[in-house]
Amino acid sequence: MTALPTRKLEAWRYTDLRALSAISFTAPASPPTPLSLPDLAIPRLVFLNGIFAPHLSSELSFLQPFTPVAEHSAQPLTQINAEHAQAGMTLLIPPGVDAGSVLLVSQASGGSMAFHPRHRITLGAGARLTLIEVAQGDGVYWHNPVMDITLADDAALAHYRLQDESREAFHLATIRADLAKTASYESFTALLGGQISRAEFHVRLQGTGGHAHINAALLLGGSQLGDITSVITHAAKGCTSRQTVKSVLSGAARGVFQGRIEVDRIAQKTDGYQMTQALLLSDTAEMDIKPELQIFADDVKCSHGATIGALDAEQLFYLRSRGIAPDDARAMLIRAFLTEALESVTSEPALAMFETEFAQFQAAR
Amino acid sequence: MLEIKNLSARIGDKEILRGVDLLVPDGEIHAVMGPNGAGKSTLSYVLAGRDGYEVTGGGAIYNGHDLLAMPPEARAAAGVFLAFQYPVELPGVGNANFIRTALNAVRRARAEPELDAVAFLKLARAALKSLSMQDDMLKRNVNVGFSGGEKKRNEVLQMALLQPGLAILDETDSGLDIDALKIVADGVNAQRGLKFSALVITHYQRLLDYIVPDAVHVLAEGRIVKSGGPELALALEAHGYAGLAA
Repeated sequence: MTALPTRKLEAWRYTDLRALSAISFTAPASPPTPLSLPDLAIPRLVFLNGIFAPHLSSELSFLQPFTPVAEHSAQPLTQINAEHAQAGMTLLIPPGVDAGSVLLVSQASGGSMAFHPRHRITLGAGARLTLIEVAQGDGVYWHNPVMDITLADDAALAHYRLQDESREAFHLATIRADLAKTASYESFTALLGGQISRAEFHVRLQGTGGHAHINAALLLGGSQLGDITSVITHAAKGCTSRQTVKSVLSGAARGVFQGRIEVDRIAQKTDGYQMTQALLLSDTAEMDIKPELQIFADDVKCSHGATIGALDAEQLFYLRSRGIAPDDARAMLIRAFLTEALESVTSEPALAMFETEFAQFQAAR
Repeated sequence: MLEIKNLSARIGDKEILRGVDLLVPDGEIHAVMGPNGAGKSTLSYVLAGRDGYEVTGGGAIYNGHDLLAMPPEARAAAGVFLAFQYPVELPGVGNANFIRTALNAVRRARAEPELDAVAFLKLARAALKSLSMQDDMLKRNVNVGFSGGEKKRNEVLQMALLQPGLAILDETDSGLDIDALKIVADGVNAQRGLKFSALVITHYQRLLDYIVPDAVHVLAEGRIVKSGGPELALALEAHGYAGLAA
């Protein structure tokens, strides 16, 4: 197997995978008994320990059979995925079709096994899809999915990801999206579970007027580590990209945000914006932030910002002076802090799902 | 009834209140006036329970509750309401959600049934109307982008809905034009009754033209140095605070 990346690689400076290297993983054997499935009234596709479970899944006319991966990638995790991928969701939405919403569920249960699904989504010109992804499980395992997204002219994908894996699990996801002219990719990722988790985005805006919105929220405690890494490449004129990443960290949790915006020489009138904010609820929580702008065009609007802080004592006192108990006051302020990151979530069932998860995080804190 | 006895408090090494004695019977509105730095805001914060103040002596009893021993939310449940001099902005928190959460927290503590969103909105709209305020005040985030006057009006709206037994108005008149001042005063006057008392803290006499107090106290250098009727405020306006220091 290709070696795991180490902290000597710039892209892995803040996320140390030695805890993952120390475990010898096996391929999953028989699929586990499923946990309770997310209660969303939309068609779903279920994978158990990385293996497709047709008996738990809806019939979808857009679902294509899995085909083996032939790829040599310079990215270690993508390469490992390519070497081991045995299953995955392949969705092909024909031009002009609005495919509605699809729920992709990954469930796993322990036994030190690793699975490397390769998902592929292709939207034809003007096609639309809302994909809601939920990853959950029990025990120690390594979930290493790669999702390849291709959006033709005017296609629009809304992509909402809930990483709610076992607290002992490793979740290292790579999402690669190529956007043609005026295509739109709206995404929101919530990292809640996992011992170590990362969502790494590579988004290429290849046609004029494309739009990418890559938002995320990290809600972590204990000794969890969550990492959002993104590379957004503006390779055509007049594209916009937006990123809002909010982290709420308690205990000795660590959050990482590495965001790079690359603007090619021809990508004039680029409009790129990136904001990351962290709320540290303890003295031992830590946030590492690395924004990078790499601009080769001369007529662009690109900016980034970062803040790290604690809950505001004045705001807390204001709420308490109105009779609101300290825990409820803190919950209100934390929920308010996450608001801007949730702006990219326009699907009602997805929003309801995230609200429920956030409330559970608050209750467990 | 609020009974403040020999109350002393400091911030760090700085002694601010040096033995305040004050009695506000139920149904009465008392004004506390005084020069800058006299301790007016400290008095209101100490009564509401803000962190950062160390009470070094004395106490404050409200309707039998030892206020200083209670956390801020318990004081609110007991009926204490502080209208802030500088109301805090809460980005991401809707005003209706905020006020309903506060109202239900207080109602829960008083063993009253909670209000659902519909019942609350009905109540809130009626309060807005009686205060000549716009409905959109409920839809906006708490105090975010509010003008100075709107922030003060929002404090009065909260007071009208929370129905406190004791309101402490900390320089609510500062930064208000005359129209906003009247709205704020009307809001306070509408609460007047046997079970409502108020401590109106102000630097200027102007507000007291609209909220006529039952008594006026002068706070200087951390003590009440003079008490009297509404005429005392007029005398202060004419002659200033000079000569009143302890």
